[in-house]
Amino acid sequence: MEFFGEVLAWYGDPANWTGNDSIPVRLWEHLSLSVASLLAGLAIALPIGLYIGHTGRGARLAVAVSNIGRAVPSLGWLGIAYPISTGLFHRGGIGFLPAFIGLVALAIPPVVTNTYTGLREVDADLRETARGMGMREFQVLTQVEVPVALTVILAGIRVSAVAVVATAPLAALVGGGTLGSYILEGLALSDEVRVFAAAVLVALLAILTELGFAWLQRRAVSPGLARPKDQPFAEPAQAAGPGALAS
Amino acid sequence: MIEGQPFFRIDWVIDNLDVLSRRVGEHLLVTVIAVVVGFVISFALALLVRRYPRVYGPILAISGILYAIPSIALFVLFIPITGLSLLTAEIALVSYTLVILVRNIVTGLRGVPAEVIEAATGMGYTDGQRLWRVELPIALPIIVAGLRIATVTTIGLVTIATLIGMGGLGYLIVNIGVQRRFPTATITGVVVVVLLSTLVDLALLALQRRLTPWAKAREA
Repeated sequence: MEFFGEVLAWYGDPANWTGNDSIPVRLWEHLSLSVASLLAGLAIALPIGLYIGHTGRGARLAVAVSNIGRAVPSLGWLGIAYPISTGLFHRGGIGFLPAFIGLVALAIPPVVTNTYTGLREVDADLRETARGMGMREFQVLTQVEVPVALTVILAGIRVSAVAVVATAPLAALVGGGTLGSYILEGLALSDEVRVFAAAVLVALLAILTELGFAWLQRRAVSPGLARPKDQPFAEPAQAAGPGALAS
Repeated sequence: MIEGQPFFRIDWVIDNLDVLSRRVGEHLLVTVIAVVVGFVISFALALLVRRYPRVYGPILAISGILYAIPSIALFVLFIPITGLSLLTAEIALVSYTLVILVRNIVTGLRGVPAEVIEAATGMGYTDGQRLWRVELPIALPIIVAGLRIATVTTIGLVTIATLIGMGGLGYLIVNIGVQRRFPTATITGVVVVVLLSTLVDLALLALQRRLTPWAKAREA
């Protein structure tokens, strides 16, 4: 109990609310890094996923991307981004940049995989009907395929967003700040209070991200496509294969 | 990266094969403990769900929340209680396997066709016999699929356990590669992690095919 008192005291300590190492600064680093990485990741992954899903061309690329995404650990992305970034930019390549590169790489695979899978799962008859109604390919994509596949696409974005927010603390290893710097400093100084207090913040941030995107996913899906409430939770076809957690 | 240093030094890898194999050993040990313990707990929970289907929702919700906690946070949250120990690392790693394993074991058991269960009951199987001789063999491919995902995920997560002093391949990636600015170690660590995941994944797939010779490969 005494320990939790110390943790609460840490949150209330005015020293943690001003200066370069304050909670607002670390939180801002954490959020700005996460948002920038997610947006950049989406800008790369969505067009690729949409193209592959719509045309069916390059499906092997999609599979390869998702396999690599599963195999390389989150720490691995940051570790590899670091020498690349410092090699290209020397001193300038420490801090935000390696963390950004690593997190973008982390954000891409789930979005490519889910966008591709979502579009592929759209009923072929539906696509044919849309074409028969005189829709252009682009209209078929934006007005039929994407709305129908939206849940799956958003699920991929949610996985990426949570992964980015959850991995951002590791940016502290490469000088990128974030709430993770409290954890690393705390570990180095054996300051369990600081480690614990920061870990709770990181966990809350990730859970809020998860819940926020889950809410978005429910809101954004056309009511006509929403699954009835009493449908069983388990989907054997998905649970059987890798990526079962993506939906 | 230190100025003028080559990006990758194969000679370092060759000189340090003994270190590398030791790190692989550490990595595998931490992984195997987590997956085995996680499987035992998940199996028990799945049996509970088989008997009382109502508990499935809450179990999924709790394991889902655990899964949503970032690994770096979960690895350090128990330090005040269990210190910088293997136990602290395993608590986090086991927590992450639960949602994957419980879901796949339950899904596998629920996928057994009702006629099959009825036939088994009609032949006079007791509940336990039916579980072990009929339901589990049929569910095995989906259970092993879950085991594969859980194992590959765990191998990746163990890299982060180096932050709480567990060594493993994360030690090469972080403690040597990043902190001493030696990219060779980082790249080697990542490549070996990927190789390890792939090999273990294939080994589990081979095991599943041996155990279920009647099932055509139906995994993705």
